[in-house]
Amino acid sequence: MSTLKQLAVRFFNSDPIFARRTVGGIQPHPFKERSLRSRIMSTPIPQQLTIPIGAEGSGEITLLVDIGDQVRKYQKLAVLNMSVEGCSDVPVHAPTSGVITSIENLIVADHSEQQQLCISLAADGHDEALQLEPHTNYSQLSSADIVSLIRDAGVIGMGGAGFPTADKLSIYGESAIEFLIINAAECEPYITADESLLRERADRVVLGAEILKQASAARRCIIAIEDTKLDAIAALKQALQNEMSLDQTCELVLIPSKYPAGSERQLIQCVTGSEIATGQHPTDNGIVMHNVGTAYAAYEAVVEGKPCISRFTTLCGQALKTPKNFEVLIGTATGFLFELCGIEASLEQRIIVGGSLMGSQLGSDKAAICKTTNCLIAASAIEFPTPEAEQACIRCGFCADACPSNLLPQQLFAFSKTLDTTQLLEHGLLDCIECGACDYVCPSHIPLVSIYKESKKLIETRSQSLERSDYWQQRFQFRQYRVKKEKDQALSRKPDASLKPKLAAEQAVKTPKDEQGFISKEQASRDIAAAVARVKARRNEKNK
Amino acid sequence: MLPLISHWLTQLVISSSLLLIIAFALLKINRYLRQQLTAQKSLVNRINRALPQTQCGQCGHPGCLPYARSISLGEACNKCPPGGIETILELAELLNEPVRELDPAHGQFRDFCVAVIREDECIGCTKCIQACPVDAILGGPKFMHTVIETECTGCDLCVEPCPVDCIDMINQLTPSLSHTASLYFDKHSSSGVNS
Repeated sequence: MSTLKQLAVRFFNSDPIFARRTVGGIQPHPFKERSLRSRIMSTPIPQQLTIPIGAEGSGEITLLVDIGDQVRKYQKLAVLNMSVEGCSDVPVHAPTSGVITSIENLIVADHSEQQQLCISLAADGHDEALQLEPHTNYSQLSSADIVSLIRDAGVIGMGGAGFPTADKLSIYGESAIEFLIINAAECEPYITADESLLRERADRVVLGAEILKQASAARRCIIAIEDTKLDAIAALKQALQNEMSLDQTCELVLIPSKYPAGSERQLIQCVTGSEIATGQHPTDNGIVMHNVGTAYAAYEAVVEGKPCISRFTTLCGQALKTPKNFEVLIGTATGFLFELCGIEASLEQRIIVGGSLMGSQLGSDKAAICKTTNCLIAASAIEFPTPEAEQACIRCGFCADACPSNLLPQQLFAFSKTLDTTQLLEHGLLDCIECGACDYVCPSHIPLVSIYKESKKLIETRSQSLERSDYWQQRFQFRQYRVKKEKDQALSRKPDASLKPKLAAEQAVKTPKDEQGFISKEQASRDIAAAVARVKARRNEKNK
Repeated sequence: MLPLISHWLTQLVISSSLLLIIAFALLKINRYLRQQLTAQKSLVNRINRALPQTQCGQCGHPGCLPYARSISLGEACNKCPPGGIETILELAELLNEPVRELDPAHGQFRDFCVAVIREDECIGCTKCIQACPVDAILGGPKFMHTVIETECTGCDLCVEPCPVDCIDMINQLTPSLSHTASLYFDKHSSSGVNS
């Protein structure tokens, strides 16, 4: 570690900033060397592109094209309005010119393992593009202009969560943002997309960071990178020195290399020292974080005016002859990329999307690259052996040491087995970031993360059904109240009960009363006699 | 004279202490009874919370709360088909009873359904409106009725009174039942933690 620090000091003229250590974490072998040997390669345009729009439940999709339409590069194909709070429209653009052949639900290279609505585009090879509007003088643009440019370009979080960048910027436009953190800590094994991007295009990433800083009105901009990525640190340092003249400097912070240092909350704790409370967002503490890839996409969107039609993706694994990083068009089939790398069919066992710890297995090699696909691993049987049989928990406590969120994984495991949702919530299951560190260290090979995912689902369905049943109970009680009220009203509406006192009251008003308010006996007999006389007189009149 | 006074005094002391004891005992009894009552009430509340509140009456009671009261007095807790295995598990845990299978006399488990009226066949008789326990059906006499989908508990009570049989129960797929059932069987098949 000390030699690394010395090396890092050599790269800096001034004192380098080292972040503090955080709890937990593991140090798996990075497996990053092979894919870093070659430079980023732009892929040729494939004949067929399958552009993912969004999953069925994820939001409202507005298609702007139809089957058979001729589209040009950068043309808007569809707009997705995600049903997440605070999200606005995200447009999806055509990566090249061609004809729309079909619109259907297909599997994409994504963590969710869900089908998404995809637009299939048969490329015509001409690559006819729409005219772009560059804005080289971005420093004169207002923050709202930058946000709208980024929104029109359809930029979403390239780190994996895929939250629309424009919304992340505009939510925080009002509250004061202290830190903008650019996340370059690519801590998961195998993934090198961000590292190679920084190595080759650090200047544009820094410009993108400046743009994001301007849009979010942050006071400080910090680029956080692991202290083992020496090439990327050198390139960043060079780029930052070039930027010095602009008087808007970003700072570089080196963080210890361990997994999961790049997780949002862990990185914030590492860089700023403040811990984000459960249920809060980083912005509540005046912090906003963007990925390196997002910064690059923001640069392209604003300075070049280019919509987000490509991303950087690592292809690696023992089954590939030449693993490398690609600047790949959104919608390229994974099989196309594997062929570009050269695949050794004898070794290939499975394809994994994402890194080795948080990734998920992909069933088909026709799945399309989407805006959040950061890594594809063609794994051999030696690299990813079939998981060993689960054994009983021996309470060794390795998982508690490894947990970066300070949880007690073995307790959570026990409560998951007994479906004890109250205890699970009390032990902070919802703070679990599903990083897989506990899985990695478990000597009994218990698939802890997948058990926690199941438990989270269970808690969600339980709370939903409780909410629903509370509402039904309320409705039922209201109905009972309503029925009873109507019955009472119907009872009181009976004519006898309501009319009698009314008549008596009328008479009481008409008849004269003595001082105490009572009708005296003589008065009553006089009244009766008068009434009898009146009746007699009327009868006589009638008889006449 | 002195012994007489002391005799009176002792009598006074004894009687007053007796009175005090009786008052104390009464207080204790009162408190105990109250505790019993509140415990009973909170048990009923907890049972009622575990029930699905569909108000379907399949258990033989007019609503979920009466059934909860009856369970707290000793009735079997496996008579609620809409709650699924989840409700039976929760109730068994709450009452510290062994888990029993659903009583087949009260129906079968099924996925969550909502009532849907075939609107061109509806004659506007308002019979379903009167049957609905949660006021989820809209409509007037001789006018078409419709079910508010989000309010419907899927209790089936409107299907029976409809004179023209124009109400269908349409399946709303919820993964919770199968998911929970699988977890339940996992729990009982594998030993879990060594503790």
